[in-house]
Amino acid sequence: MGRIVLEKVQKKFGEVEVIPPLDLTIEDGEFTVFVGPSGCGKSTLLRLIAGLEDTTSGRIVIDDADATEVPPAKRGLAMVFQSYALYPHMSVRKNIAFPMKMAKMPEDEQNRRIEAAAKALNLTDYLDRKPGQLSGGQRQRVAIGRSIVREPSAFLFDEPLSNLDAALRVGMRLEISELHERLKTTMIYVTHDQVEAMTMADKIVVLRAGHIEQVGSPLELYHKPRNEFVAGFIGSPKMNIIHGEEAQKLGATGVGIRPEHIDVSKTDGMWKGRVGVAEHLGSDTFIHVHDTGLGEMITVRITGDIEARHGDTIYLTPQMDQLHKFDQQGLRVE
Amino acid sequence: MATQHSRSAARLMMAPAVVLLLGWMLVPLTMTLWFSFKKYLPLRGGDLGWVGFDNYVRFVTSSSFWPSVWTTLTIVGGVLIITIVLGVLLAILLNQPMWGQGIVRILVIAPFFVMPTVSALVWKNMFMDPVNGLFAHLWKFFGAEPMVWLTEASLESIILIVSWQWLPFATLILLTAIQSLDGEQLEASEMDGATPLARFGYIVLPHLGRAITIVLLIQTIFLLSIFAEIFVTTQGAFGTKTLTYLIFQRVLESQNIGLGSAGGVYAIILANIVAIFLMRIVGKNLDA
Repeated sequence: MGRIVLEKVQKKFGEVEVIPPLDLTIEDGEFTVFVGPSGCGKSTLLRLIAGLEDTTSGRIVIDDADATEVPPAKRGLAMVFQSYALYPHMSVRKNIAFPMKMAKMPEDEQNRRIEAAAKALNLTDYLDRKPGQLSGGQRQRVAIGRSIVREPSAFLFDEPLSNLDAALRVGMRLEISELHERLKTTMIYVTHDQVEAMTMADKIVVLRAGHIEQVGSPLELYHKPRNEFVAGFIGSPKMNIIHGEEAQKLGATGVGIRPEHIDVSKTDGMWKGRVGVAEHLGSDTFIHVHDTGLGEMITVRITGDIEARHGDTIYLTPQMDQLHKFDQQGLRVE
Repeated sequence: MATQHSRSAARLMMAPAVVLLLGWMLVPLTMTLWFSFKKYLPLRGGDLGWVGFDNYVRFVTSSSFWPSVWTTLTIVGGVLIITIVLGVLLAILLNQPMWGQGIVRILVIAPFFVMPTVSALVWKNMFMDPVNGLFAHLWKFFGAEPMVWLTEASLESIILIVSWQWLPFATLILLTAIQSLDGEQLEASEMDGATPLARFGYIVLPHLGRAITIVLLIQTIFLLSIFAEIFVTTQGAFGTKTLTYLIFQRVLESQNIGLGSAGGVYAIILANIVAIFLMRIVGKNLDA
């Protein structure tokens, strides 16, 4: 079990309200990702759930029991920190054993769980090393191992991949997703990286300044962003959002078009522009187009390769059925 | 070329400092060794010629020798235990966020700036005096007979005075060490179900290992040679005669420079034995 319900949870640091009263339900077994720009309160929210911060008001309910005043260790949650927070003077084995030792678990049960975790995480050969002798990815796995052995009702991840290099990050992303498939335990994952959010989540919670902007599945957020902020935040490269006259012509105050939903031509189209930087990724090409008369730089994504040089003239045509329209408050209109 | 040039230039520029330091160390050491093999009584005939190992034998067979060694070790050990235990506790306390933190920290460090002679005199006259001392008043307030501290508990009194002086040093070093402890480690252990006591034992104390080692080694060096505190309080009476004080008495009170020098060489040997033991016990903490 691992159903977590936040009821009107609020957090203030002194006079500063970091998280205004907020409601959220995380179902058992769900992989939920909190995503938002830095300083949006996503880590604070995670720490409130963990019990490392006290709520100013509101209730946190874990598995139908009020956990607001319960100390962190008694909530049955395990956390993986951004810095991994391994104990540097203990071997990997002792690090993994620590929570069980604190719970006074019998020695043979401890060893059984350590062996199982080490096997699952490919750490068997490293059990007697100190954290300082491990690579970043291995440390990450030790931190995960330390949280698995407690068999918690939910895992909390606080930007666990941000200290790894790009290749390793992709690998660990898969490993964590597979771990979730295997354990079927609730996981809450905090990240500022929308790619991590899109690839791993069952449910994404987009936060801005402590407010929940939208909650939904990755594709829901991609196809039906509730407002301009979510529209701009989810998707890579960023959605183009245009305002003013051209937007009026399309029938809204703000119009969003994803880079992959713009057709490009060298001869004719709706908007004429000048090619700026073209980023060739092989599979895709991102072209930044200037001087379109839309007031903003437009990014276009083209599958495959295209001959486009700096300064070339180019014509763009948006796919009309893929437009996102927003009203004056930045809210979505259908 | 340039590097070779700059290297020899660097050597040249370092030379004065090296020569000065070497002279500073080697001259007294050589003179001590030189005099230790001589019968040299400044007021009773001066240099009376070579006597071989006579001084060494006399110093070690004197009835004051072994007690002075034990007194030295007791003071060093006692002060180390008190300063490190209290130092760790104070460091933890001072690391808590509180009002007036800056001033409190300066106040805690203040005793270290008081020179040993002054602090020993303050303790002797203002706290431990059996008639007018604060302790005497305190004892009388509770209806007890005031203690004559420096006579009845002389060694303990000196350990108390010296500990008071060195506690700030230990606290300061341990405080800086405790400040470098990663807060996420403490939070992780809290999530792992560690009680405050377990957090201290498993996380904080191991983290402080290296700092404690440094405090131990530095304090030992200085504590082996404490002198002023004994000189202005008991003058080496009531079982407070350390090896350093014994050497002082041999040289200045008995006016026997040869005998005192031999004692000095023993003091060097004792310091080295202590150092070797310490490095054996705690040296591994200094490895990364």
